[in-house]
Amino acid sequence: MSTRSPVSVTDASAPGAIRVREHAVEVVSDSGEGAQKCGQFFGAISAKLGNGVWTVEIIPAEIQPPARTPSGASGVRIRIGSGAVTNWGDHADLVVAFNEQVLLARHRCDALAPGAIVLIESMWAEHHDERIRAQWQAAMTELASGGYRIVPVPMEQECLEIVDNARRGKNMFVLGLLAAIYDRDLDRVRAQIELGFEKKSEAIRAANIQLMERGAAWAREHLGLRVEIETVASDHDLVVMNGNQALGMGAIAAGFDFCAMYPITPATSVSHYLADVFDTVGGTLHQAEDEIAAIGAAIGASYAGKVAFTVTSGPGLALKTEFIGLAVMTEVPLVIVNVQRGGPSTGLPTKVEQSDLLAAMFGQPGDVPKVVMAPATIEECFHCMVTARRIAETFRCVVVILSDANLATGVQPFPRPQLDVEWQARRPDLSPVSERARPFDWDDRTGLSRRIIPGQPGGMHTLTGLIHDEDSKVSYAPGVNERACSMRSRKMAVLQQTLEPPRVHGAETGRLLIVGWGSTRGAIEEAVDRAREEGLAVSALHMRFLSPLEPGLKDIFRRFDQVLTVEINYSDKPDDPFVTDENRRRGQLCFVLRAQTLVDVDCWTRVPGEPLRPGRILTEIRSRIGEGVER
Amino acid sequence: MTCSLLDCGTVEERDFEMSDFEGTVARWCPGCGDHAVLSSVQRLLADERLPPEQTVFVSGIGCSSRFPHYLNTYGFHGIHGRALPLATGMKLVRPDLHTFVVMGDGDCCSIGAAHWVHAIRYNVDMVVILLDNNIYGLTKKQTSPTTPQGFGTNTQPRGSYLPALDPLSVTLGVTNASFVAQTADWAPGHLYETLRAAYRHRGFSFVRVLQRCPVWTLSIFRTAVQQPQMTELLLHEDGIGDDGTSQLYKNHLSHDPADLDRARALARAGDRVRLGLFFHDPTRPRYDALRALPVHTAEERIATLNEELDRYAV
Repeated sequence: MSTRSPVSVTDASAPGAIRVREHAVEVVSDSGEGAQKCGQFFGAISAKLGNGVWTVEIIPAEIQPPARTPSGASGVRIRIGSGAVTNWGDHADLVVAFNEQVLLARHRCDALAPGAIVLIESMWAEHHDERIRAQWQAAMTELASGGYRIVPVPMEQECLEIVDNARRGKNMFVLGLLAAIYDRDLDRVRAQIELGFEKKSEAIRAANIQLMERGAAWAREHLGLRVEIETVASDHDLVVMNGNQALGMGAIAAGFDFCAMYPITPATSVSHYLADVFDTVGGTLHQAEDEIAAIGAAIGASYAGKVAFTVTSGPGLALKTEFIGLAVMTEVPLVIVNVQRGGPSTGLPTKVEQSDLLAAMFGQPGDVPKVVMAPATIEECFHCMVTARRIAETFRCVVVILSDANLATGVQPFPRPQLDVEWQARRPDLSPVSERARPFDWDDRTGLSRRIIPGQPGGMHTLTGLIHDEDSKVSYAPGVNERACSMRSRKMAVLQQTLEPPRVHGAETGRLLIVGWGSTRGAIEEAVDRAREEGLAVSALHMRFLSPLEPGLKDIFRRFDQVLTVEINYSDKPDDPFVTDENRRRGQLCFVLRAQTLVDVDCWTRVPGEPLRPGRILTEIRSRIGEGVER
Repeated sequence: MTCSLLDCGTVEERDFEMSDFEGTVARWCPGCGDHAVLSSVQRLLADERLPPEQTVFVSGIGCSSRFPHYLNTYGFHGIHGRALPLATGMKLVRPDLHTFVVMGDGDCCSIGAAHWVHAIRYNVDMVVILLDNNIYGLTKKQTSPTTPQGFGTNTQPRGSYLPALDPLSVTLGVTNASFVAQTADWAPGHLYETLRAAYRHRGFSFVRVLQRCPVWTLSIFRTAVQQPQMTELLLHEDGIGDDGTSQLYKNHLSHDPADLDRARALARAGDRVRLGLFFHDPTRPRYDALRALPVHTAEERIATLNEELDRYAV
């Protein structure tokens, strides 16, 4: 799929329609002006019409940073296409900006395509405040280098015809603009507004619909621009939601009925979702007093026979460390969802990063074998909860799910999950156990053992974080620790033997294999597809299980001249000062793959605080295996 | 007996001996106050006919926290300071389990202080026993928050610098406290009666047990043990009474446990040792009761979730 959109109009206000296979739209505003709501609605409507959609939110870390500042820019990119859209692409083709400062922010990080169409609130150009007029002028001078086609839109003036506070209405006016430009059925748009504001009053819904209609009418009257994107109705029933909603819904589908958490960006909206529906569906969302208590309560609930999970992000994962060790030591099943953000420390709370892989695998003192898996799409966010619960219960182990900020707020349509009653948890088995039953009756070969829970007559024992034998009795006798460690570790080997080898995207052999994990899959595979169209012998491999690793990697790696991980975490560049092959700190998956396969895997990693752009990965591919032949 | 409310048919009421609750042989030092608490607890479990499989003891880390190992019930010997979150999660999903939490002073009042404060407010139904020996025992004599000012330890050899933290005042100061009592390992009758009252309270029953450590803090409790006139018993018809204790300890103070302000004043004991029920309010909201789970079948959950998916359908 090409990302270079052949925008052929010379003046967006002149009549003209373009037909494209895909387009990327950005809506940017000050925080609190509702750009994200507008974008979410537009994305959902487009998905419902049959377009492929991927949205990415651009979120400042503060709720209401100073208005009209580049650093306070808040917005959303919606990339829509005729076929499936798997990532946010390279650049925005059309931008709606609520002021020139937030537009500058996007310009400065190279988010806009050269010549992009910009619809911008016109009130600032003629503002009574001289300083604002000066800022506008300066911004226009700086923006000139982009060659954008800038179209002023009197948003404020138009909105004031309907509402007293235009700040509260511009987003729906803009939704109307977009609906007209992209020829979205207004009945669909009205229905989406009704749904999105279902908890608001009738009056608010009506005003928002009026604002949208006014926007659409204004665009029809003043803008000739129309963008046509062919819509292809899907054969499947589809649903559309973001990754955190998918995790929450997946948790219910998987039979979880207890989630303990503490608020942390960007994980919290999983709990918002659950708080909304757990009461109806039967489940408890416990907001604990801190991250430690959250995992403690989840372990307590799981120990008592319910499958429980906790949701967190990097700093929270750090705090949960000791309890993770306890869950592994006592073999209490537990699922931990870590929606990664930039780190270390408070880091980049609202921005995407993949820097918690090693912390998830090795973050606890002592030997703490556990399962680490990473969904790559919104759909996988849903289904990984089902897989994770199964594994946690079957293997009496801890499963860490590494999602990230890109998936958390990204919206994408996917086939409606066919729910299976077998995914639901059975009620705790409280039947008596034999007096000879042991709480850790490890199978010598597999390390698996039967779980006995409180309430089962005859099964009384005390779980302990101290080294213990099959009876859960504390024992420092020779061999006890060795055996217990091996039993906990063996389970990982057994699980690994049940996993399928990962599938190569592209040819099975070639000059370069790109290996990724998590939310970067779409960008990597798009870059690989474009490179292959140029004739480059590159393929991609995406890992779902990071611990244990999926089988067959060495065989796959052997078929390529070079193996390269592409990740959103920090690594030294090979030519950085003082950096040598020996001391170079590599990407996190790269580190793991080198250790496990002894293949000289290289890495290309970036930490830009935004999702990877396929075009930049393509550039790296070209630089490694030469320019291909442009078709 | 028929349990009509839960419609679970006839439940066999079983009789137990103290020995039914004995786990492995306790490995506390000879003369440790914990032995007395263990005996009282075993007696309570037998008297109250708590089935061992329906009873769970959760603990943290320290001498106190070995407690579950010495009982033949279910137990969870967790990590330092974090017994309360484990017990909270457990009780939220399994209200049928009789839940006891045993902590030491370092466990509860230092590393686990945040959980302590919030667990008081949650008021989840559990018996919480603070075995307060005023010292870190298992790690060999370091100052704890309840170590008396001036008492020398391995970390503060010239004496503890600050006035000791008073667990009763803290507990009574937290919004939604519902049961706060103090007893002592050397007053076994009173200890038993206190644990029984705590067990019978529906909510977070906080019992501070003054507990002798024969190795590190014997001197701290010596006066209280040897001079009964140092002790004041809080008595009331709604309080905790034990004839033997009342005869030994002649200083009696009438205190209505419904009176929170006076309870807070009495907690500031000075050089007195006050034993009894400081505060009791059975009407406080219980988080576990408020969050009780309605039962949904798997089919009902699937049906609701399908309706939910409809809202997101394309």
